[in-house]
Amino acid sequence: MTTAPGSSAPDSFLELRDLRIHFPTEDGVVKSVDGLSFKLDRGKTLGIVGESGSGKSVTSLGILGLHKGGRAKISGEIWLDGEELVGASVDHVRTLRGKKMAMIFQDPLSSMHPYYTVGAQIIEAYRIHHKVSKQVARKHAIDMLGRVGIPQPDKRVDSYPHEFSGGMRQRAMIAMALSCDPELLIADEPTTALDVTVQAQILDLMLDLQREFNSALIVITHDLGVVAELSDDILVMYGGRCVEYGSAEDIFYRPEHPYTWGLLGSMPRLDREPTERLMPIKGSPPSLINVPTGCAFNPRCAYEGRTGGKATTEVPQLAETEGGHLVRCHMPPAERRAIWENEIKPMLEST
Amino acid sequence: MVAFIVRRVIAAVLMLAVVSAATFAIFFLIPRALGQTPEGMASRYVGRDATPEAIQGAVKRLHLDDPLIVQYGRFAKGIVAGEDYSLGPRKAECPAPCFGYSFNNNQPVWPTLLDRLPATMSLAAGAAILWLIAGVSIGIVSALRRGTALDRAAMTVALAGVSLPIYFTGLVSLSVFAYTLGIFPGGGTYTSISENPIAWFQALVLPWITLAFLYAALYARLTRAGMLETMGEDYIRTARAKGLKESTVVTKHALRATLTPILTIFGLDVGLLLGGAVLTESTFSIPGVGKLVIDAIRGNDLPVVLGVTMFAAFFIVLANLIVDILYAVVDPRVRLS
Repeated sequence: MTTAPGSSAPDSFLELRDLRIHFPTEDGVVKSVDGLSFKLDRGKTLGIVGESGSGKSVTSLGILGLHKGGRAKISGEIWLDGEELVGASVDHVRTLRGKKMAMIFQDPLSSMHPYYTVGAQIIEAYRIHHKVSKQVARKHAIDMLGRVGIPQPDKRVDSYPHEFSGGMRQRAMIAMALSCDPELLIADEPTTALDVTVQAQILDLMLDLQREFNSALIVITHDLGVVAELSDDILVMYGGRCVEYGSAEDIFYRPEHPYTWGLLGSMPRLDREPTERLMPIKGSPPSLINVPTGCAFNPRCAYEGRTGGKATTEVPQLAETEGGHLVRCHMPPAERRAIWENEIKPMLEST
Repeated sequence: MVAFIVRRVIAAVLMLAVVSAATFAIFFLIPRALGQTPEGMASRYVGRDATPEAIQGAVKRLHLDDPLIVQYGRFAKGIVAGEDYSLGPRKAECPAPCFGYSFNNNQPVWPTLLDRLPATMSLAAGAAILWLIAGVSIGIVSALRRGTALDRAAMTVALAGVSLPIYFTGLVSLSVFAYTLGIFPGGGTYTSISENPIAWFQALVLPWITLAFLYAALYARLTRAGMLETMGEDYIRTARAKGLKESTVVTKHALRATLTPILTIFGLDVGLLLGGAVLTESTFSIPGVGKLVIDAIRGNDLPVVLGVTMFAAFFIVLANLIVDILYAVVDPRVRLS
């Protein structure tokens, strides 16, 4: 719970060190996040990818401190701009929330209060952290709505969320999140609930705004297309842990983890021949209570036999393979690269 | 919004028309359909040992030999515009809303009903205030302290509250607080508020608590469930993510969403009670609408039963109307549809 002795403030804007978020339940401890570490600088974007239940959203809520004071057992360190947040008081983290770090949620309709106007919800967000009159905050809200591309913001400010279209609603949600100029913005599946045509607009908007505000951005998604569009770095999560981490190029052109291969193979692509099948990952995500022994991915891994029996007995370490590219796999790096080059890549690539 | 209200009022009026038709059907159409003659219907109006002439007179006076649709027209007209039963030298005008005359005391039904209304209203209003405050606050505290001893104790009492019938809790409270301890007056001591406010209050304390106990238990459970559901909503997470204080999240964001459905049920419950809190009024011998209808049913007093039925339906439709309009004020999404 407290800062480990000897640990010191990192250089990065955001750094997670061995973050663990466990939920005790009657059936056992749910290890939603189990030893997650990463760094993120201002102006950079990190994509966190994984299936449902891999711990992506729990991580983001954990950074925001929304698990504090609940049933969750949290350990490790979260450093934000030189401040450690896991050991910080609930009240202090609350003052950072919305101002220093903000979040965009998946479903903008259910994430906005149905009984309050969009403007009222932005005004509220702004006035928590700025002691200004309602008129000033309202002007700011209209200004923000205009900046995220909502037409006639001075009229739409008085509309209710249900009177907006899905894309406009997500824009309004972004306006709300950005109303206090947060330095860290976390977007949890920001485009999943939207029409495909609107998805690209929202992603563009987020990139533009990130450049404008020079904020650090974390995009959480199960859609590799989204992270390909936005991210500098990509973190692949499986069973509450990072299984592969690297630059966007590393993940898309030199992936080394069988799970990442599976994600890439599950992505429908227009440039693929219609006769070619997707390569889905068999099975379903692991229970976070009874995580498979050894490598958590072993029951679903096609290459489990190539680990010399270690897959079911030993937890693989997250090890650097080359230039900051980290992989959690028992297979030797040379073998992984060979499988990628000779078996996976040809299947993924179009003729 | 105005169009919405107009639509709702029209719907309410239509609803009352349907209720009047259904009521008429129950009291006039079904007996006839089952073989009852106009003479048989009329015999109930003229006493046990009436002569055939007297029965025929009643048939004529009450137009019971008209086609049923004409009879319904007259029934409906009586409610809207009043009815004139004068035939020959005997004069009996029944001003609107006319439900006819009681068999028992030959008085028009409507003024009798109005006479009984203050007692029922006193009972319903007092109990409603009590149960709303107690039930909702207990429900909120229980939800926020979920799983604690406090929550469990409150929900156990609430379970008892919804399970125990009023004629049990009412009699126990009378026996303990009125007849053993003597803190409150016993049953049958109701006094009107204009006559003696203090006696009015004293006589109603036990009925209020008894009636409110049942409803408070119900509302505590409803509020708790609603609050738990609301606290899990995405927009509550958003409110927290903005950096709002937990107290503001609860009062400004969660409560408003939780209380809106409660408001609906509250309106309907109060409307229902204004048509007579039958069990409570009977247990405590309060001369209200519910006591009136029970006595009327025992005495086969058809016009009174019919009048109370329409009267109760009117309150429920009215409560529905008010709730609908209030709901549109509270929930902006309702205004659209």
